[in-house]
Amino acid sequence: MSGAERDAVAKALARARAAGADAADAVLAAGDSLETRVRGAEIDFVVQARQRTLGLRALVRGTRGMRSAITSTSDLSPEAIDRMADETVALARATAEDPAAGLPDGGFAETAPEDLGLGAAEDRSVSIEARIDDARAAEAAARARDPRIVNSEGSQAASDFRRVVYGNSLGFLGSYESATHSLTCEPLARENGSMQRDSWFSVARRLAALEQPAAVGRRAAERALRRLGARSVPTCEVPVLFDPITAASLLGQLAGCASGYAVYRKTSFLAGRLGEEIASPLLSAIDDGRRPGGLGTRPFDGEGLPTRRNVLLLRGRLTSWLLDSYSARKLGLASTGNAARSAGSAPSVGATNLWIEPGARTQDEIIADTRRGLLVTELIGMGFNPVTGDYSRGAAGLWIENGEIVHPVEEVTIAGNFGQMLRDVDAVGTDLLWLGRIASPTLRVARMTVAGR
Amino acid sequence: MSEPRSPTFFRERFGVDEQSLARVLDGALERKVDYADLYFEYATQDSVALEEGIVKSGDRHVEQGVGVRAQAGERQGYAHTDEIDLESLRLATASARAIAQHAAQGSARAALPRRTDAGPDLYPIVSSPTDVPVARKIDLLGAIDARARARDPRIVQVMASCVAEHRRVLVVGSDGTFAGDERPLVRLNVQVMAEGPGGRREIAYQGMGGRYDFAQLEEPSAWHPLVDEAVRIACLNLDSVPCPAGAMTVVLGPGWPGILLHEAVGHGLEGDFNRKKTSAFADRLGQRVAADGVTVIDDGTIPARRGSLNIDDEGTPTQRTVLIENGVLRGYLQDRLNARLMGMSPTGNGRRESYAHLPMPRMTNTFMLAGEDDPEEILRGVDRGLYAVSFGGGQVDITSGKFVFSANEAYRIENGRLGAPVKGATLIGNGPDVLLRVTRIGNDLRLDRGVGTCGKDGQSVPVGVGLPTLRIEELTVGGTEG
Repeated sequence: MSGAERDAVAKALARARAAGADAADAVLAAGDSLETRVRGAEIDFVVQARQRTLGLRALVRGTRGMRSAITSTSDLSPEAIDRMADETVALARATAEDPAAGLPDGGFAETAPEDLGLGAAEDRSVSIEARIDDARAAEAAARARDPRIVNSEGSQAASDFRRVVYGNSLGFLGSYESATHSLTCEPLARENGSMQRDSWFSVARRLAALEQPAAVGRRAAERALRRLGARSVPTCEVPVLFDPITAASLLGQLAGCASGYAVYRKTSFLAGRLGEEIASPLLSAIDDGRRPGGLGTRPFDGEGLPTRRNVLLLRGRLTSWLLDSYSARKLGLASTGNAARSAGSAPSVGATNLWIEPGARTQDEIIADTRRGLLVTELIGMGFNPVTGDYSRGAAGLWIENGEIVHPVEEVTIAGNFGQMLRDVDAVGTDLLWLGRIASPTLRVARMTVAGR
Repeated sequence: MSEPRSPTFFRERFGVDEQSLARVLDGALERKVDYADLYFEYATQDSVALEEGIVKSGDRHVEQGVGVRAQAGERQGYAHTDEIDLESLRLATASARAIAQHAAQGSARAALPRRTDAGPDLYPIVSSPTDVPVARKIDLLGAIDARARARDPRIVQVMASCVAEHRRVLVVGSDGTFAGDERPLVRLNVQVMAEGPGGRREIAYQGMGGRYDFAQLEEPSAWHPLVDEAVRIACLNLDSVPCPAGAMTVVLGPGWPGILLHEAVGHGLEGDFNRKKTSAFADRLGQRVAADGVTVIDDGTIPARRGSLNIDDEGTPTQRTVLIENGVLRGYLQDRLNARLMGMSPTGNGRRESYAHLPMPRMTNTFMLAGEDDPEEILRGVDRGLYAVSFGGGQVDITSGKFVFSANEAYRIENGRLGAPVKGATLIGNGPDVLLRVTRIGNDLRLDRGVGTCGKDGQSVPVGVGLPTLRIEELTVGGTEG
């Protein structure tokens, strides 16, 4: 961590105070990255980047609360920081007083955090050539998997190194570094004139934790191949299984509806239901910002509060919201350490590492136990209304008859009400799969409308 | 734009003049490279947002940076940095050209910069929208809040925001391209929540914007209808019933439902997917892909539109491109790289989110030309179906051709009459054949209000769409009622 970056944060805070701010906080997000895509035998692109953004929030006290404003810039010269701080305070004075606005009341994180596994020192020197080789190996393995893999959108490898410095006028100044490495392969399969695309990817904090490139390529090819011959099905009501990837999107929606902002604004169908049984007793969901090596792990949140473990859902009962200090004040509660923050934004709420606890049955056992239904492997579109819970999305997947997969499915929608879907979960898999900050095992919803031909 | 101010801006602010830029480009061309370019950007953005009756916070952002690109064959090397100075440029250039070291061809040398001639400025403004005093923006949001609450006592919550942007770009290419642009962009968003008997709540969103002066948004004739429409839809949806499920006749209203074209055919006609032959439309130029009478256009030259540009992000002037003419596929959307590799001409569709991204073929304003049918007669002719007027987002799988878009104001049609409003539902179809099932085209082409944002490969760019009233047979509607 460069001293200059900590100095820039300290300078912005001091200048904001001098300009009349009663409180302030600042975030500096910096990073460099490598990214490449290989398609067939050829390199498609190589991108190298360096970025650094400083964001400042100034708060000015009035009789009924704080006025606030946020600014950001990538110009870190001393004159630019001074100008920015002055502008931020001036902008804050133009806004309305808000009794809930302000920094957290205290309880900031330790500034010398434990090792949370956010990267490996030896990865810092990774070369673009090494990542090109990873992408080539995935691409070659996908194409070698089957003669019907005839084309691809390419295989992409990226390594991203970030530094975050956060400081506020109450004296907190903390920083951490993290890395993210990824490898994605997206092949096309063709048979009888029809084409299908699918992908597979691996993402981790350490290069050594990435899935082997050839395995990524083979798996991607298998996923594209199994979609060949996909067709629609007649409109019906059946059990719908969500594989771990699509099930994680359901959990992401749940997190959105449990966000303190959605709750105090009543734009969530869960508003007012803390403590109630809102889901199947098979469902427990946990958010843990300190999970070692997790993609959502960080020592402190976007307001300098320590991250921690929160149980959102305990055997179907809604036990916690996700809160930063603003939404917590609006609800008369305390922050859960879930403030998300980019350099250019006010704090908001985000899950850290959020998962559904695995159940007792394998995906194969759940399929075998389904007489007739749809296993969803891809969802498209944004058909979810968090206010009412109404849910309707485009889907692709695999059709199940008598406990066996019989053919791939496309051009259907699945629809229901999200609140009812959560209550209707009647099977939870053992196959919890981490491919992002939000993870789930296979879930089966007892009944949904599948619209097709 | 006859005399772009951008070059002067970047020279004065960052000390990058035409001669030194030509030398930087020569550096990029040291190895065997077909083409190299520099993309400078300096953008200011501000926004204010209202909720619970007050503007709690304002924000303002400055984004600056430069990207250096080298192309050799199908390869591209790209390096970008947020430090705009000659030393950073030289380092970025070395990274970008490294990609070309094994290239088999290419022998370009930087041409002397020459100003690109473009037509008249499509978005002249009196004052930059980011220079408008914040108090005026706060006043507008306050007036919106008051009007929405006064329209209907069932409105229990109003969220409104206005976003202003001023983006300066400069493109310098090794073929002598030297083109600048100043791009204003404003946007107003209104979301209201209505609460009905029994505590049922519904929200509705409406927005508008474009490349014009902020003062245009302040006109009551602009924002009153926007607020009234949001209030109307939220209250209407308090009475909505479950949507039908299954394949049926769908009538799309004019304007924003043009998102159908964007998803069903627009993405599939982008040059990159067709060069790589990963699109369901690959190798289909000259073939019938839509019913008689269907003509689809992408036009980046409509004055003041959100999707319009004087030049694209590679310095190519934008144009009007016919994609489908009377049902027959006529053209693709091209950037420089894909046009060169396909032996076609660039169409001014090389766009990027910012200097931190590589350009790709992207849409601008995509719409269908009007037909001759009377919209009311189109509705009267439907025995049973769905009339969808307002939509949220959409998405497409360009390889299988399957696309979705989500209705948020829709009605059942029964015996030629509008029935009850239905809950939001996703519609799904197959891009290469959905337009073959168009049976009526209205005479009422309308463009959207200027709210579209298109995402591709993680990059967002502003776009527009447009559509006349359209009747389509056998589109799958994703409701819950069998």
